[in-house]
Amino acid sequence: MLNIGLYMAQRLSAMVMAPLVLGHIAVMIYAVQGGLSTAEILDRTQGSVWWFLFYGSFVLAVAAHAAIGLRVILHEMTGLRGRWLEVVTCGIGMLLLIMGGRAVLAVTFA
Amino acid sequence: MSDRSKLLEVSVWRGMGDEGAYETFQVPARDNQTVLDVVSWIQQSADPSLTYRYACRVGMCGSCAMMVNGVPRWTCRTHVKRVLRDGALQIGPLRNLPVIKDLAADMDPFFDKWIRAGGVHRPSRSRDDPIQQVPPDDPGRVEANKGIECINCSVCYAACDTVAGNPDYLGPAALQRAWTLYNDAKVEDRQAVLDSVSGAGGCHNCHSQGSCTRFCPNELDPLSAIAGLKRASARSFFRRGE
Repeated sequence: MLNIGLYMAQRLSAMVMAPLVLGHIAVMIYAVQGGLSTAEILDRTQGSVWWFLFYGSFVLAVAAHAAIGLRVILHEMTGLRGRWLEVVTCGIGMLLLIMGGRAVLAVTFA
Repeated sequence: MSDRSKLLEVSVWRGMGDEGAYETFQVPARDNQTVLDVVSWIQQSADPSLTYRYACRVGMCGSCAMMVNGVPRWTCRTHVKRVLRDGALQIGPLRNLPVIKDLAADMDPFFDKWIRAGGVHRPSRSRDDPIQQVPPDDPGRVEANKGIECINCSVCYAACDTVAGNPDYLGPAALQRAWTLYNDAKVEDRQAVLDSVSGAGGCHNCHSQGSCTRFCPNELDPLSAIAGLKRASARSFFRRGE
């Protein structure tokens, strides 16, 4: 149940996510190795436009990528189609966007 | 000579539409015997009401494909000895297609998807124009040649798990046909070919599991043809965005 637009959105969002995942893992290793406390991490992220863009773009890519991937699984496994498939796809994307967006805002806005 | 007393235990799907069950027959084993020979023996010697489909018996017409021990095969070119499991055979109608009766599957959805995938030649010249020369070693011609020996047997369609989960999916044979047209120098509007396979049931639904290429009796490679369509449509997507 993929057309060219959804296919390209999923591939392009994967290309965005790949370097961001590597960056995220590198940051996690750095934070653990350096023994940074929560307060020290928030001190670095809050008010930072760069961390907002880094994790904000990650959330956008995840919302698109996961929603399209789950759309395919739901269609092939449950036979869901038509308007309900569109509603569920958009619902999953919006849910991930809102949850991820809240987390990004919480750590990047002072 | 073979042991004339040896028997094969053959269970054959009997029924119409969604209703039916396997019925077992004892069939004499022969040294050289195809699965189609077994089905024909049952129809001619045990139960004349058995319905199945065949024509050429030499692997050219694509009529006789069935599920043999759970695997889609062209039965006229499948030797029983190669597929026998504990002296038994299970023969059913092709997967992913409606059943008309017994072993005869309804091929309409398969051929309808050929049409939906744009599998019709749209020539770039009329009969009044000179014949277009196509060098045999032209890269597009070489690529198209890889797929033109398809006999429309629907083995790839029956083997495809994506078709099983997504009935709108055009399937490997129709998409391979589109790929040969895309590479055909005599086809003028190649974007139309890509548009035909870029909709909701198009090539982008393929999960690249490769059952089509694994089971194609003519050893064609629909998986690579579909990958080619994906690459071509992705390039077209960016070109259109410029």
